[in-house]
Amino acid sequence: MSPAPVRRKLHTPPVPASPFPYHPGSLLSVNDLSLDELNHVLARATALEKQDPLTRDRILAKRRVALLFYEASTRTRTSFELAAKALGADTALVSNLSSSIEKGESLKDTGLNLRALGAEAIILRSNSSGAAWLLEESTRLPVLNAGDGMHEHPTQALLDLRTILAHLRGGTTKVNEKTLAGVTVTITGDILHSRVARSNALLLPRLGAEVVLCGPKELLPEVAASEGPDSRGGVTIERDFEAALKRSQVVMMLRIQAERLAGLQLDLEEYKAGYQLTGERLARLAPKAIVMHPGPIIRGLEITSGVADGPQSAILEQVTHGLAIRMAVIERALNATALKSAPTSVRTSSARPAKPASRKGARA
Amino acid sequence: MSAIAIKNGHLIDPSAGIDAPRDILLKDGKVAEVAAAGKLKPADGAQVINAKGLVVAPGLIDIHVHLREPGQGYKETIATGTAAAAAGGFTSVAAMPNTIPVNDTPEITRWMQSPERGASVRVFPIGAATRGSKGEALNDFAALKAAGAVAVTDDGHPILKDSIMRDTLAAAARVGLSVIQHAEDTRLTVGASMNAGPVAFRLGLRGMPVEAESGLVERDIRLVTELRSDKVHLHVAHTSTAKAIAAVRQARRNGLRVTCEVAPHHFLLTDEHVGHYNTNCKMNPPLRSAADRAAMLEAILDGVVDAIATDHAPHASHEKEVEFERAPNGVTGLETALGLCLRWLHGEARMPLGRVLSLLSAQPAAVLGLKGRGSLTEGSFADVVIFDPKAEWTYRAAEGKSKSRNTPFDGWAMQGKVRWTISEGRIAYEAN
Ligand SMILES: [Zn+2]
Repeated sequence: MSPAPVRRKLHTPPVPASPFPYHPGSLLSVNDLSLDELNHVLARATALEKQDPLTRDRILAKRRVALLFYEASTRTRTSFELAAKALGADTALVSNLSSSIEKGESLKDTGLNLRALGAEAIILRSNSSGAAWLLEESTRLPVLNAGDGMHEHPTQALLDLRTILAHLRGGTTKVNEKTLAGVTVTITGDILHSRVARSNALLLPRLGAEVVLCGPKELLPEVAASEGPDSRGGVTIERDFEAALKRSQVVMMLRIQAERLAGLQLDLEEYKAGYQLTGERLARLAPKAIVMHPGPIIRGLEITSGVADGPQSAILEQVTHGLAIRMAVIERALNATALKSAPTSVRTSSARPAKPASRKGARA
Repeated sequence: MSAIAIKNGHLIDPSAGIDAPRDILLKDGKVAEVAAAGKLKPADGAQVINAKGLVVAPGLIDIHVHLREPGQGYKETIATGTAAAAAGGFTSVAAMPNTIPVNDTPEITRWMQSPERGASVRVFPIGAATRGSKGEALNDFAALKAAGAVAVTDDGHPILKDSIMRDTLAAAARVGLSVIQHAEDTRLTVGASMNAGPVAFRLGLRGMPVEAESGLVERDIRLVTELRSDKVHLHVAHTSTAKAIAAVRQARRNGLRVTCEVAPHHFLLTDEHVGHYNTNCKMNPPLRSAADRAAMLEAILDGVVDAIATDHAPHASHEKEVEFERAPNGVTGLETALGLCLRWLHGEARMPLGRVLSLLSAQPAAVLGLKGRGSLTEGSFADVVIFDPKAEWTYRAAEGKSKSRNTPFDGWAMQGKVRWTISEGRIAYEAN
């Protein structure tokens, strides 16, 4: 009997199921939200926005929310802070400009200290991709990802969605796989370094939108076409800005993140010639499209002042929608109770922290 | 006790083409006799090991480990690293020079081999190719060799300058040493922390392109070709890409002395295993695409790969419990290599056991020219591993001998349990 032949192909040992999020109140990625949860967040955003501020600020009265910001941020930090305060929560801001972070304390230790101080949820902005996952694993608290490196910015995608729904779908808070069917959203600019682009590319196609990514090769590698919620597609690349504009109902412009270019050389004049959103281009190619931008905008680079301040611009509305969305996700973070039981096969046992101390009972 | 008789075992010694029941007598640190079952000459006072149902094989050899001493004893010491080696069936390990200070002198090379280090198995230091591994001035290779170094490398700090690499290859050849290159064109990997591709894009991490590895391998092979000497030996460390393997394959066809090793994580895992920023899946070279992983496996089965080497790289848990981009590269490997190779190469891919063991003993010994190692012929060093080839078990990093726990294989099913590891006639590990 001859021995069994050598098998030249082997299946790859399976990737273990993700243990994240550990806490049902966390929002690490837009993928953490099912369609039901998404509807819940949208509905609560609208309800909280309309609620009388005098009753609203009792919802999370005396609950403690920590804002941990490792990156300069005006809009996002203020938005989260105002949202938490609007619900009555106490907030504590820890930023890398004013704390032990600069003395070299690890994110894990900072998180554990915030938990020991009574923080019931942490809102994290970090320049490192994946930081929110590390913080959640370390603290097992609900963590709201307020932007991690080049990776994700889920509340930005949610507020973008709310802005789009307000303009194109009458402000509905009930969405499904077809809600945005027929809507093309073009995201233009520095896709490579953009967490906003990634979160939107993951979220909007789930509702039927077509996301078109646009930009030069240096800022938009071919591999970006593989982004998107799953293999169904919904994300394509179009290098020709004008061709993309012509198809778009929504035009989302991104700034060039000079701080992340890492030696990349870019001819800005050439970039503007190809990709700047000007009043002329908008009028000629997309006179009905809404213009969005997550900020900060660099007037005269990716967008002209005329467009930013013009009638098609929804840039400031986005900021307002952000406040509503953030109230909803902070409420969700603190009202989620059950801690998902820790799975058995994640990392080494030494990497797994002890169970968090019992938290205040959350209200329904 | 100076003599050990191993009886009733099944000897697999790829170096001698033996795959049969044999009894073995070890005496004074050497193999004294290999005899048919029951035919061993009586040896007074010899300790008898009953290896019934077990495989007896040359002790395993890992030509790529980081023992962290001198300088980083909180990650691993020579004592703990070699204890882990013994538990994994290894009797020889070649220790990389990226210690603190860098092992670029005969003094450090000797220090690492000193009995005070408490090594359980034989440590073969690998000397730094250049002063401080800075890639500028060559070290004294003759002096390093005289002190016990078995090769030179700037592992982790690839030699980019053509002229320095050419000089290194030529100078090492003159004294009969191999040059090991960690092939990474670091100009293409600035700020990168995983393999370039869809997964890196999705995770928002900068990627290392496969060309960073293959480009440097191709450059090194060109230099070997230009030197036109069969004394020049280039060994490519931890090969991870199909393109680099293709270059090695072609170099061999052209008759060059170019060898390569592959680590278990590179033929088993892909960049998808990084999951949500699992720093225990961060190493350099990084986990690659499924196609590259498959190519590593094929290259092993095809015989292009000369050795399985673990790149055992211990790090303390606090160093790995940080943001992915800030975490140090490396995973441990000494305690999982045999169990993974038997499970996947032998069990799943049906590679004959003798060939798997050869990749872990005879062939790595040949790569570094370790005389009397990787073989159990009479007169060889009494380096033996005795294991139960059928035993299935689950690896638990917390129960390991290494000081560090940074492994992607925690909780994995393993095949083949080491029962005894004997290093130069002494029992270095015995399962309880
Ligand atoms: Zn290396």
